[in-house]
Amino acid sequence: MQQASGSWSPYLVGTLIGLLSMATFYFSNKPLSVSTAYARLAGLVGNLFFRGHTENLKFYQDKKPKIEWGVMLGFGMLLGAFIAAVTGGEINAAWVPALWEDRFGADVALRLGVAFVGGAILAYGARLAGGCTSGHGISGALQLSVSSWIALACFFASAVATAHLLYRF
Amino acid sequence: MNKPATPLPATAPPVLVLPAQGQGDKDNDGPGKPDSARQLVLGLLFGVVFGFLLQKSGVAKYEVLMGQFLLTDFTVIKVMLAAIIVGMVGIFSLRALGLVELHVKPTRYAANIAGGLLFGVGLGVLGYCPGTGVVALGQGNYDSIAGILGLLAGSYFYAETSGYLASTIQKFGNRGGIMLPDLLGIPLAMFLAAFVPLLVLGLLIVAKLAP
Repeated sequence: MQQASGSWSPYLVGTLIGLLSMATFYFSNKPLSVSTAYARLAGLVGNLFFRGHTENLKFYQDKKPKIEWGVMLGFGMLLGAFIAAVTGGEINAAWVPALWEDRFGADVALRLGVAFVGGAILAYGARLAGGCTSGHGISGALQLSVSSWIALACFFASAVATAHLLYRF
Repeated sequence: MNKPATPLPATAPPVLVLPAQGQGDKDNDGPGKPDSARQLVLGLLFGVVFGFLLQKSGVAKYEVLMGQFLLTDFTVIKVMLAAIIVGMVGIFSLRALGLVELHVKPTRYAANIAGGLLFGVGLGVLGYCPGTGVVALGQGNYDSIAGILGLLAGSYFYAETSGYLASTIQKFGNRGGIMLPDLLGIPLAMFLAAFVPLLVLGLLIVAKLAP
C-alpha cells in the first residue's frame, strides 16, 4: 500500500515497531523511550560547566548524566534515519519546512528560534509528564500504564489546539 | 510468573546466542553502575532499527506530524495504534511466559496532565517529537537542530526545577505504577480480551475514514 506521506505503509511500520518493542524488553529489559536521553546529555554538558551544581540537582541524582542504553538508542536513531533517507532518496537538506514557509515565510532565523522554544517546552513537558511520544505514547500505552494513557490524551488534545491556533486562524 | 528453574544439563546447547539479561536489574541508573558493553551495542542497534522505521513511515516530516494535529493526515495515529496493538499482545504474551518484566511508569495525575498539555504545545510549536526530531536531522531537516538544542536546554531547566516540583505538583494524585485494569478493578486477562479488539476496531475505523 503506497502512502503519500511515507515510503512504507504505516501499518507495516507500526507492526515492526511493536515487534522491536518486544525485542528491547527481551534482550535489554528496557522499553523504547527517547526523551530521557536528552536530559542525560544536557546533564553531561552541565557537568562541563557547573559539575557540583549539576550533580546536586534532584533529577540528576535519579538519572545520572551518562552515556547509557537510551543515549546509544538516540545515536542509533540518527544513523538509522540517515541510512533510510539515503537509500530511499529522501534526503531533504532544508532549513525551513514547506508547510511552515507557506504560512510564516522563508526566514530561517524565525523558524530556528521558534523550533528552539518549541523544543524547550517539549522537553519540560516530557519530563514533567514522565515521558514522550515513545516512552508514554508507545511503550507506556502498550503496557496499559494509566499515566501513559492520560499523558497521550493530553499530548494529542493540546497539540491539536496548538496546531489549529498556528495554522487555522 | 517464572517456572521453577530446572537445572540444565551441562551439555545443553545455549537456547539463544544472546541470553536475556538484567532480570531483577530494575534500574540501571544507580551510581557507578554503567551499562555493559553489550547493552550499549544493543541500544545502538535497536536505535538504528527504530530510526530507520520512523524515517520510512514519514512521521518525522514536519508536514506529516502537523497534518495529524490539523486532522488532515492520519499517518501518526496509524503507526502508533499498530505499534501499541502488536506490542501489547507481544509483551503480555512474553510476560505470561516469564520472559520479560513490565516497566510501568508511575501515575501522578497532576504532573501527567500538566506535563502532557505542555508537551502538546511543544509538539505543535516544534513540529517534531523528541524521537522524530533526531530522525528529522538524519533525513536532512536541519531546523530540527534548533529543536534538539531546545530539548537539551528545556531538559536542563527541568532538572533545575526538579527539587521544587518533587515537593509540589508531583505529590498531587500520586498513585504509583497503576494499570488500566486496576482502575476498573477487573483481571488483566479479561481487560486485554476486551481492550485489544477495541484498539483493532479503532484502527480499522481510522483506516476506513482516512485511507
